[in-house]
Amino acid sequence: MQIHSPEFKQRAGDALDNANLQRALGNLRDGFPQKRAAAVARMPEFEQLRNEGRDLKNHILANLDFYLEQFEDNVIKQGGQVHWARDGEEARRAILEICRNAGAKTVTKGKSMVSEEINLNDYLEANGVKPVETDLGEYILQLREDHPSHIIAPAIHLNLDDVSDIFHKKHNRPRSEDPAELMQEAREMLRKQFVAADVGITGANFCVAETGSTIIVTNEGNGDLTQTLPRVHVVITTIEKVVPTLEDMTLFLRLLARSATGQEFTVYNTLSSGPRRPEDQDGPEEFHVVLLDNGRSEMIGSEFQEMLRCIRCSACMNHCPVYGAIGGHAYGWVYPGPMGSVLTPKLIGVDKAGHLPNASTFCGKCESVCPVKIPLPKLMRHWREREFERHLSPKGFRFGLGTWAWFARRPGLYRWVSRSSSWFLKRLGGKQGRIRSLPLGKGWTAWRDMPAPQGSTFMDQWKRHQQTQQQKNKG
Amino acid sequence: MTSSRNQILGNIRRGLQRDLLTGDALDQVRTRLREHPANTVPARSQLPQDQQIALFESMANEAAAELIELKTLEALPGTVAEFCRENGIDQLVSASDPALTALDWSGIDNLEITHRVAQAGDSASLTTSFCGIAETGTLMLLSGPHSPTTLNFLPDTHLVLLKQSQIVGAYEEAWARLRQHSDAMPRTVNMITGPSRSADIEQKLQMGAHGPKRLIILLLRD
Amino acid sequence: MTASSTTPPTAKVGFFVTCLVDMFRPSVGFASIKLLELAGCEVEVPETQTCCGQPAYNSGDRNSTRAIAESVIDAFDGFEYVVGPSGSCIGMLHQYPDLFEPDNPYFERARSLAGRAYEITSFLTDVVGLGTLQARFEGLVTYHDSCAGLRELGVKTQPRQLLSQVDGVELAEMNEAETCCGFGGTFCIKYPDISNRMVSNKTANAQATGAAVLLGGDLGCLLNMAGKLKREGSTMEVRHVVELLANMTDQPAIGESAADLAYNAGGH
Repeated sequence: MQIHSPEFKQRAGDALDNANLQRALGNLRDGFPQKRAAAVARMPEFEQLRNEGRDLKNHILANLDFYLEQFEDNVIKQGGQVHWARDGEEARRAILEICRNAGAKTVTKGKSMVSEEINLNDYLEANGVKPVETDLGEYILQLREDHPSHIIAPAIHLNLDDVSDIFHKKHNRPRSEDPAELMQEAREMLRKQFVAADVGITGANFCVAETGSTIIVTNEGNGDLTQTLPRVHVVITTIEKVVPTLEDMTLFLRLLARSATGQEFTVYNTLSSGPRRPEDQDGPEEFHVVLLDNGRSEMIGSEFQEMLRCIRCSACMNHCPVYGAIGGHAYGWVYPGPMGSVLTPKLIGVDKAGHLPNASTFCGKCESVCPVKIPLPKLMRHWREREFERHLSPKGFRFGLGTWAWFARRPGLYRWVSRSSSWFLKRLGGKQGRIRSLPLGKGWTAWRDMPAPQGSTFMDQWKRHQQTQQQKNKG
Repeated sequence: MTSSRNQILGNIRRGLQRDLLTGDALDQVRTRLREHPANTVPARSQLPQDQQIALFESMANEAAAELIELKTLEALPGTVAEFCRENGIDQLVSASDPALTALDWSGIDNLEITHRVAQAGDSASLTTSFCGIAETGTLMLLSGPHSPTTLNFLPDTHLVLLKQSQIVGAYEEAWARLRQHSDAMPRTVNMITGPSRSADIEQKLQMGAHGPKRLIILLLRD
Repeated sequence: MTASSTTPPTAKVGFFVTCLVDMFRPSVGFASIKLLELAGCEVEVPETQTCCGQPAYNSGDRNSTRAIAESVIDAFDGFEYVVGPSGSCIGMLHQYPDLFEPDNPYFERARSLAGRAYEITSFLTDVVGLGTLQARFEGLVTYHDSCAGLRELGVKTQPRQLLSQVDGVELAEMNEAETCCGFGGTFCIKYPDISNRMVSNKTANAQATGAAVLLGGDLGCLLNMAGKLKREGSTMEVRHVVELLANMTDQPAIGESAADLAYNAGGH
């Protein structure tokens, strides 16, 4: 996915003006939060599970090297192969080589944000291998040459009309406006692809060290067809997805579905362990796991380590009022919303993604719904600190902030500034009691009035009040 | 690639400010793998067996699975045939599981029954299952010589035999049964909760995306 | 207004005015002090206080934040409690320990301050008993839960519990009462159009209740919402919750025509 994060402001503005997008975002705000709340209400132990999830992830990260090696050992024992990739380039090359060895012309793909992170589709296509997205949302996006705007509901920025249009155009069938018919159409189109593919690529929600298994969690069943029908199954995943045991995976599965879609359990939770056994009638003959780092190992021991607890449920973006206002594309890269605002600066550089951690009110809703209690506002603040240290924040803003901070440490002068500002704004407000246009506050008054101060400052009035009281007491 | 592996692991250890795990720390993580302790198991599934069955049924229903009760295993061929007749299904791909093939199918004349992996275009499949998990009404199926995974995904309708005695409360109990069943993991473990669905178009749920449009659980009283 | 509280041992409270109350709405400060005194507290307003430092903290300027925190810690030394009419600013005081290394003498003092600092409605509910309020306000009101108070300090039931004691008040909860109004300190200036969408959602939800008055506990949010409502031409009034609790609603609502406040602390 091309990087557009530096244009965040422009893209956010466009998103706010896009009536179709705004309608689509309404579906999100009305849907996920209520469903999650209902699911959480049915699980009295949910808070306890969140605490355990946080603690277990911390334990895993503190022993990540060990669990990764265990996972690798167990994959190999079962006849699978593990490919370690430091960056996107190494991961892409490993996958292309597997495809070439398999003589693959087409590959089917289950939904994987990691494959977006490494731009896999463009790379395969450029090298003569045709990738076919099979998740309904991803399939729609691929037909439109579009990209996901959400990590679990990739086409959430689209409306029914958009799907009708693109299916009509690409499928050569009469235009349908019935979601059930459209889904049936996609089902029929993709059946052929599932059967024809030489390689199937999926992501993994977790990698189980104990058993050397990867697990995918889907509602459609596309991931299962992707990994069962072709001769070769490739899992592209990242190093922080490893968990010790099946029991530990279970803890995260209980948290994941409820936090993500508000389901009790996702329809298909599928563990893959190695290639098909000699006596099996179906299943892939080869099983490859590509373990991508891409900067994550550097987060260990840094102030961003807690971000590696993320299980990609999307609850943070589903509840984020900023995401809800502008959608995922405004963020300009793969991971949107609060988790993206922490992760993206690490993965593409804070010089490019500087807006993301700033475009938050720190309302804290994300942290309050995170299944592994990642302190997302705190981590966004850490990025702001890095930006400040590196002088990446705008000059005028830094100057203003510095001046204000200088005064804030000098109570007498601060009083004087408050008093003058109060007086000035009060005059500007006039009889109305509010200001319609403020020369240095256009950001505010472009959209709303500025209520005028009541009069002199509290501190001045309090002083007078105290003096009056003292005189009264004397008298 | 070895160098990538070493670099990644080296980075992790540098971040953790230590070398390879040793001593007590190593014992601790090895013990976790060996003993695989359970985390919190929700109280909802900790029930007497009869209530677990009721919980399984209600959770499976909620997930849009359909339940048909079997009084005896011998009634299975007839029940399956009747279901297929009612739903206009005339071909059935069956798992070659002895539990199914040993039954008397001779009187069934409205169904062409084959034993093979599934293919695109198959209308219905019949399989057994490893267990049922009451907590969420989930079926667990294992791949194996007599239970190809494609049967669980390609056909439009998936019929699954589950015995009441196979129903456990929580996922953890299913893992315990799996560990007892075999030392090695099967290639595929499927946990299936209802039929396939998607909400990718305008967040409105539609049933039957890529997997089976209907999931029929033939629940045997035993 | 009087309170029929049994007088507990006098609590010595340092009142943290907060910048916005100081500049924009002194009546909120006076209302707060009135309530604290009714609850039997001895209230002082340290003259050396300025800002909590949140603008610097949220802008990534840790050094300035630390310096400001030191002066706040100094200013409120010796008070049994520190109370302010803002969940956001008081929430900031709770962050101070994170600013200092444990060997810095300010670290322990910051922890002490954080343990003594309360948002006004939670102080009046959870720490000192206010007894029965004798305040009256006729009308339907709705309440916006400001983010920092709600999620950092757990302020949710306290203002509602206090409001329920005001004669004549009826509370109509709005949809998404816990969703951010889009103020976010410097956020509303840096990303004004996103902020505008958020505050528009908020004012729509507030107005849908049919309430005449929108209440809250943080002046930043209240200025934002009042400014939006006025721009939209709404007649909905916006007030800080303490104004109703202290029976001091004679002042024009936020963003309406102002008049100097003549403070009269209940005749004592």
